[in-house]
Amino acid sequence: MESRLRAILPDHDLLKLHRQMVLCREFEESCAEQYTKGNITGFLHLYSGQEAVAAGATHALHRDDYVVSAYREHAQAIVRGADPKRVMAELFGKATGICKGKGGSMHLFDPELGFMGGYAIVGGQFPIAVGLAFASKYRKEDRITACFFGDGATNQGNFHEGLNWARLWELPVLFICENNFYGIGTDVQRSSALPSIHKRTCGYDIPSARVDGMDVMAVFEAVKWGAEWVRQHFRPYLVEAITYRFRGHSMADPGKYRPAAEVELWKARDPIPSFERRLIDEGIMTREDLDAVAAKARETVVEAVKFAEESPWPEDEEVYHDIFI
Amino acid sequence: MAEMTYRDALNAALKEEMRRDPSIVLWGEDVALYEGSFKVTRGLLAEFGDERVKDTPISENTIIGAAVGAAMGGLRPVAELMTVNFALLAMDQLINHMAKIRSMFGGQVNLPMVVRMPGGGGSQLGAQHSQSLESYFMHCPGIYVVAPATPADAKGLLKASIRNDNPVVFLEHELLYNSKGEVPSDGEHLVPLGKAAVPRQGTDVTIIAYSRMSVLSLQAAQMLEKDGISCEVVDLRSLAPLDTETFLESARKTSRAVVVSECWKTCGVGSEIASLVFENCFDILSAPVKRISGLDVPMPYSRKIEKLCIPQVEDIVAAVRDLMRQEY
Repeated sequence: MESRLRAILPDHDLLKLHRQMVLCREFEESCAEQYTKGNITGFLHLYSGQEAVAAGATHALHRDDYVVSAYREHAQAIVRGADPKRVMAELFGKATGICKGKGGSMHLFDPELGFMGGYAIVGGQFPIAVGLAFASKYRKEDRITACFFGDGATNQGNFHEGLNWARLWELPVLFICENNFYGIGTDVQRSSALPSIHKRTCGYDIPSARVDGMDVMAVFEAVKWGAEWVRQHFRPYLVEAITYRFRGHSMADPGKYRPAAEVELWKARDPIPSFERRLIDEGIMTREDLDAVAAKARETVVEAVKFAEESPWPEDEEVYHDIFI
Repeated sequence: MAEMTYRDALNAALKEEMRRDPSIVLWGEDVALYEGSFKVTRGLLAEFGDERVKDTPISENTIIGAAVGAAMGGLRPVAELMTVNFALLAMDQLINHMAKIRSMFGGQVNLPMVVRMPGGGGSQLGAQHSQSLESYFMHCPGIYVVAPATPADAKGLLKASIRNDNPVVFLEHELLYNSKGEVPSDGEHLVPLGKAAVPRQGTDVTIIAYSRMSVLSLQAAQMLEKDGISCEVVDLRSLAPLDTETFLESARKTSRAVVVSECWKTCGVGSEIASLVFENCFDILSAPVKRISGLDVPMPYSRKIEKLCIPQVEDIVAAVRDLMRQEY
């Protein structure tokens, strides 16, 4: 018997998770549109399909925790509290962007939110997560570091160095693997000797769990449990969330390596409608409420695009700024 | 002032700074219990404890990346790579992360960190342990690169590097660790980054060098004095930011310049310095700028031929004599 939503979280939180997932989907689909219009250029990796992971996991963290991620990180920044306007402006390369237009889609950053960066070298965030966690431990701060990464990153030496180091130094790192089965076009079965990523931590004496990443409540509960474990034991933990990206690796990828039936199967498990069904079934939201949330998300994203369009480009002299203090 | 070795001067800098600022932590392979492969970190574990002085696994990329993260998290890490050669295992964190983070995140975070790396050749350590890779770091924007030649500068530059809020690659020369010199005991002995020194004034030719090659250049200048050739020696001390003003001014004064670097000649530090002198002083040069560099070969082990690959005092003397014979 499925646990009732209200037994896990109060209505306020359930509505927030729903709102966040809808906003992230709307944001990403709008990014795709702006990319085809030429307003967003460069690499663009969209998160559609994986919203339950960002929303559920982030809700399980504390305000003061650090978050680091990879290059498919718009949603993670937004659910952490980043202003969609400034994120969109960043993607447009405008001066009002969250990183003044210098980072772009793959390099969002906001220290006020503890969002310590999107990194675009696969696995580059592991050592940084280790260092952030060391700093919090050394400074005796009540803060853990959540390190998001994909299945592809687990074949980087950095993953293994990071797990070993975090366990050895007893650092509060919560590793969160978003296993969407593909490192660009290479299936995890074709890249990993042990494709069950959560099992790979046994070589480092780190406990782990696997969770359905299409179920926002399951992600929340697993990450909550993991995060509390990290706080209590002051040692790392790993959550593997099984998820799926509905689009290609980036906008440049038509995704031909994935059988259509597979994509359809996963789209049928879309985390947003399935959560909405439960919200309605349990009398937490009505159809009208859902429509209102969708309309509000659209409005927010339209405003974000408008803000980005109307924002100024960076001044030429900016090219020399911010390199050194 | 006290006479001490380059090694002890570095050690004193670390101790003084760690006493002054509890946010300074230090880690690397064998830096704590073993007290460092070159004993630069001697006594640090005993004085500061294992929360601040930490041995790491042999994971160079994480040694650097963890320092990047710790710096983002409010600390002032000093990371040691056992030798510069192992920096190649950490180039992802050094170049893709450390050097980029401030800029690509729009200046929202500082990385006050130092990466110490002993390097250089001449100890018969073979091709994989004798490299001088300074131009790799100098080439990349976003990093300070420092290479002291004297014990006094070793101390003052390391202290200044630790206090700097930007990432610093601090290159120590393995053959200088035992060299001795007068070092100020003053806890505030700071040598500014990005400022060259002129340890010898002269009028006929400018010798531009750094690290161990500055020491050899001064010896060469002394020998050349007997020939009646007056050499000015510019010790760069920092390779990035580069104090172009000081060596260009000197080159304009003498109208001749020799650049001495231990790294490979092709695309080496000497190439950059020579280009700058040509670009800025072409009209007043009495002779083309000369580059004296390490040979463009993987370092051989045998001492007879290893010597050929590293600039020697005689090479500098010969180059200067040759330059003085030319007149355009």
